[in-house]
Amino acid sequence: MMHKDEKIWLTLSFGLIMGFMLITGYQTLVLGMGPPSGMDTIDPQAVETTAPFDEPGVYQIGENEYEVVMTLQVFSFDPGDFEIPAGSTVHFTMTSKDVIHGVQIAGTNMNAMVTPGHVQRITQTFSEPGEYLMLCNEYCGTGHQFMATTITVK
Amino acid sequence: MEALKLNFQDKTNKALGINEEDALITKTYMLVAFTALLIGGTLGLLQGLNRAGLLELPVWFNYYQVLTAHGLLLVLVLTAFFTIGYFYAAMSHSLGGLLPKVRKMAWIGFGMKIVGFVMAVIPILLNQATVMFTFYPPMAASPWFYIGLVFIVLGVWMCAFGAFIQVANWRKNNKGQHLPIISYFATGVFVLLFFGSVPVAIEVLYIIPWSIGWIETINVMLARTLFWAFGHTLVNIWYLTALSAWYVVVPKIIGGRRFSDTLTRLVIILLVIMNIPGGFHHQIVDPGIAESVKYMHVFMSLAIGFPSLMTAYAMFSVFEKTARKKGGTGIFAWFKKLPWGDVRFLAPMIAMIAFIPGGAGGIVQSTNQLNQVVHNTLWVVGHFHLTVGTTVVLTFFGISYWLIPYVSKRVLTPKINKLGVITTLIWTAGMSFMAIAMHWVGLLGSPRRTSYTTYADNATALSWDPYLMFLAVGGTLLMIGVLLQVYAVVHLMFFAPKGETEFPIADVEDNASKTPMWTESWGRVVVLLLLLVAMGYVIPLVEFIGNAPPGSPPFQTW
Repeated sequence: MMHKDEKIWLTLSFGLIMGFMLITGYQTLVLGMGPPSGMDTIDPQAVETTAPFDEPGVYQIGENEYEVVMTLQVFSFDPGDFEIPAGSTVHFTMTSKDVIHGVQIAGTNMNAMVTPGHVQRITQTFSEPGEYLMLCNEYCGTGHQFMATTITVK
Repeated sequence: MEALKLNFQDKTNKALGINEEDALITKTYMLVAFTALLIGGTLGLLQGLNRAGLLELPVWFNYYQVLTAHGLLLVLVLTAFFTIGYFYAAMSHSLGGLLPKVRKMAWIGFGMKIVGFVMAVIPILLNQATVMFTFYPPMAASPWFYIGLVFIVLGVWMCAFGAFIQVANWRKNNKGQHLPIISYFATGVFVLLFFGSVPVAIEVLYIIPWSIGWIETINVMLARTLFWAFGHTLVNIWYLTALSAWYVVVPKIIGGRRFSDTLTRLVIILLVIMNIPGGFHHQIVDPGIAESVKYMHVFMSLAIGFPSLMTAYAMFSVFEKTARKKGGTGIFAWFKKLPWGDVRFLAPMIAMIAFIPGGAGGIVQSTNQLNQVVHNTLWVVGHFHLTVGTTVVLTFFGISYWLIPYVSKRVLTPKINKLGVITTLIWTAGMSFMAIAMHWVGLLGSPRRTSYTTYADNATALSWDPYLMFLAVGGTLLMIGVLLQVYAVVHLMFFAPKGETEFPIADVEDNASKTPMWTESWGRVVVLLLLLVAMGYVIPLVEFIGNAPPGSPPFQTW
């Protein structure tokens, strides 16, 4: 009933989908490149009094390794406009004080949703010096287009 | 006797065309759909001009209000009204006319949707519901916005139940027969419309008491997840509607036969079953969902690619077979034998071609790491202007050039056909400019749903400006396309010469093998659908409810 070329096409189609599956699985489970999936929760109305968000900031935790504890609120990132040395690996720990925000650093693969009630975690290594634009990529209100800051890598 | 009478009705219906009362339903639905296109399209142009930095929108009708209305009008009103109007005509044609009860349900559903729409749109105009069509809590709009959405959902359900009654009645009177293929598509679409909108109905019923203030806080991730269980299903409802025209109508228009009936029905069944869990790929970079669950969902999303790839084969097989029968030769030269000058073919054909990059982009975005690169950037907007804005909408345009004459008992004149060809080409050019630029600038990092900004003259943001200019160019071309298309619809409905137009349904091949009866068992399809929904959603929902953080109060941040 089925033509030979149809069988070939469907086999290739199936193979293509399986290929995407396997590569995604390999990257996620073996290379540790899974998408940001912070599982901790927090009271969104008590962010300012809950550690570590009671003291947002940039903390050096090792040689070339930093943790950035950051809160997102309409329409800013706290801390903003900070500097790190080139070659640093930065672990971001983030939460929202109000509505849903998204965080993205143009020119990198860093991109994550930050929702109130959850602690989002994502790691990014900055090899190249330069000024990086960090912006909110989820509509969060009337000043959404101003919600941005820069990270200077020296 | 009863069966005989029905059979007679069926024959008169096919010989004399649609009856006046059924026609009025479809005509009214189409008028609403294309009015939504006109207004929604105009708002789209405003956004394109703003995003290119050419137009500053006034405070009393700001970018985000315009965007909320644009989304609601085009992804909800245009598509829902078109789909229902089209499939009600299809059922009237293929199932011997609508039952009086079903007709009444279509009108009640119409009224509920219109009332709901007015209730939702007034707060948007008053800047009290500037929350986008995704209305993620804890942003809280005026309660009327959500109450309006409830009415829209109830109106859609009314039409879905009407369709189920119509189909059940036909099956009772035609035991042992296969449901006509176009009504089989209708059944799949209405099953999805019903089950797909259950999650959003639950979400909205949860939001309403919170937005009024009866409950203090809301579970943000639960609401968001319920939204996307609906949101992506909606996308595939449009797609399945377009598929019905590709599989059933287009072969007739080019003078050919349709592809294997069994395979067509299998594609419908697969799309209905696998659809709802696909919505999870909108949450790949969300917190609160484990990496392993996200990985399982890659499979749920990619699986939908398989019936689409089956379709690609089926369509080109039909084209080649038909063209060769007409004397087409060579590996590609037979393409010239296809009726490129007929808008009823050209529009859906370009729609299909657009789905090649559109579908490929979809597969790319479903995979976790690639999704992280493009999530919430303009890439995604480019993607759905290619899939919905081009593939679905151009198929709808193509349908309108025979469906509107069919219901208004008029004919498509060569002049309007030519206008349709021009509209199709303008639309294709406009969408190409826009979608390609959006994909590209999205890869560079430009975010979606953001009014024109340079982020205080940031060098990176400034480098996106040349690409954004194409949004204005594309938007302007598309506006011309909207005006031409709306003119054609009005002309075909009220002014074209009187005459009979057929509802084009292609026959199967003469030597086609018999379709197995298991394809008629919708009960089993629904059970499988629910099983897959359970597989996809039980773990994350249990996690979000069982391990819920303290909730969020309402915010109005605009």
